[in-house]
Amino acid sequence: MARESTLKNMVITLASITLVSSALLGGVYALTKSPIDMAKVAKINAAISKVVAEFDNNPSSEKFAKEMGGKSYTVYPARMGDELVGYAIESFTTGGFGGRIVLMVGFNSDGTINNTAVLSHAETPGLGDKMVEGKSDFSVQFQGKNPEDFKLLVKKDGGDVDAITASTITSRAFCEAVEAAWEVYKLCNEENIKKEVQDE
Amino acid sequence: MSKLNILTKGILKENPVFVLLLGMCPTLGTTTSAINGLGMGLATTFVLMLSNVVISAIAGFVPAKVRIPSYIVVIASFVTILQFVMQAYTPGLYETLGLFIPLIVVNCIVLGRAEAFASKNSISDSFMDGVGIGLGFTAALTVLGLVRELLGSASAFGVKFIEGDGILVFVLAPGAFIALGYLLVLFNKLKTKIK
Repeated sequence: MARESTLKNMVITLASITLVSSALLGGVYALTKSPIDMAKVAKINAAISKVVAEFDNNPSSEKFAKEMGGKSYTVYPARMGDELVGYAIESFTTGGFGGRIVLMVGFNSDGTINNTAVLSHAETPGLGDKMVEGKSDFSVQFQGKNPEDFKLLVKKDGGDVDAITASTITSRAFCEAVEAAWEVYKLCNEENIKKEVQDE
Repeated sequence: MSKLNILTKGILKENPVFVLLLGMCPTLGTTTSAINGLGMGLATTFVLMLSNVVISAIAGFVPAKVRIPSYIVVIASFVTILQFVMQAYTPGLYETLGLFIPLIVVNCIVLGRAEAFASKNSISDSFMDGVGIGLGFTAALTVLGLVRELLGSASAFGVKFIEGDGILVFVLAPGAFIALGYLLVLFNKLKTKIK
């Protein structure tokens, strides 16, 4: 049966087991790295094409980061030809019932919300996860709304958003993330206007 | 004990969830739907099979005092491999189970089988034991997930057949305990009848 537990035996055993494991893991990591990256990019791209109007550029390759309130948001500009048709903004909040919620919010060039998509969340199945499109009509109410005159707060807090029944915390967090995306959008828009003025 | 016996005892006589009551954390945590239960069960089966084989193979060389750290390294390696593979090829499933996959490392079923069975038996017997216990775990998780999904969201395997919500408590944590409790009663009743 097992060898004697002398220091030499123990060190040799543990060293060889960990060596073999790490070599194996390194190999698998190298093999799966590109499929994992591709899966992530594919997911982002699918979300972008869902939330903004039709475009023909590659928003992923033109993405840039935008600082706001000490947090960094990723912005994906969508263009048709030379014209900017809108921005897809990756926004997040940590105020969800299950913690972090990451959204992709698409804005048209006139500032209206085109559509939203949930990238990742840990909300309760059957309750908070109704914010995902297709599970309830909650996310549909944001489509085509301009946050200028659509207050991004649940009705309980004096806003215009119908909260998900029994999931006020999730609904609030969702609004918070959309609101953050809206603020980022306004920053991007201001810069664009400045640029245009300078160009003229 | 014949090979077939080793395989079937994991499913019925020594079912890890309903008889041994092991691995309660993933059992209660992931079974919000039948698909999630099935996915978690199969992921654990994969780790259990491979770790049982490898541990049975190396048990002869490992000094008794460092056997637990050695087994944990083996198990953790397989779990990490599984995590990479799932992330690459089944990103959807990885997203729902993501949090629980690393926890397979400390799932007491896996280490328990390594210590109680694989380290003392032949490689082929250990493999059969891994498959059996894994299938038993998968079956238990799928049944529990199905019951909770049926009652909680009025659907089965993601297919909705009644409009509207179910009894929400079954999707939440307390419902997991309630459903598991009643399933335990049923399982034990059936088991005594068969005897």
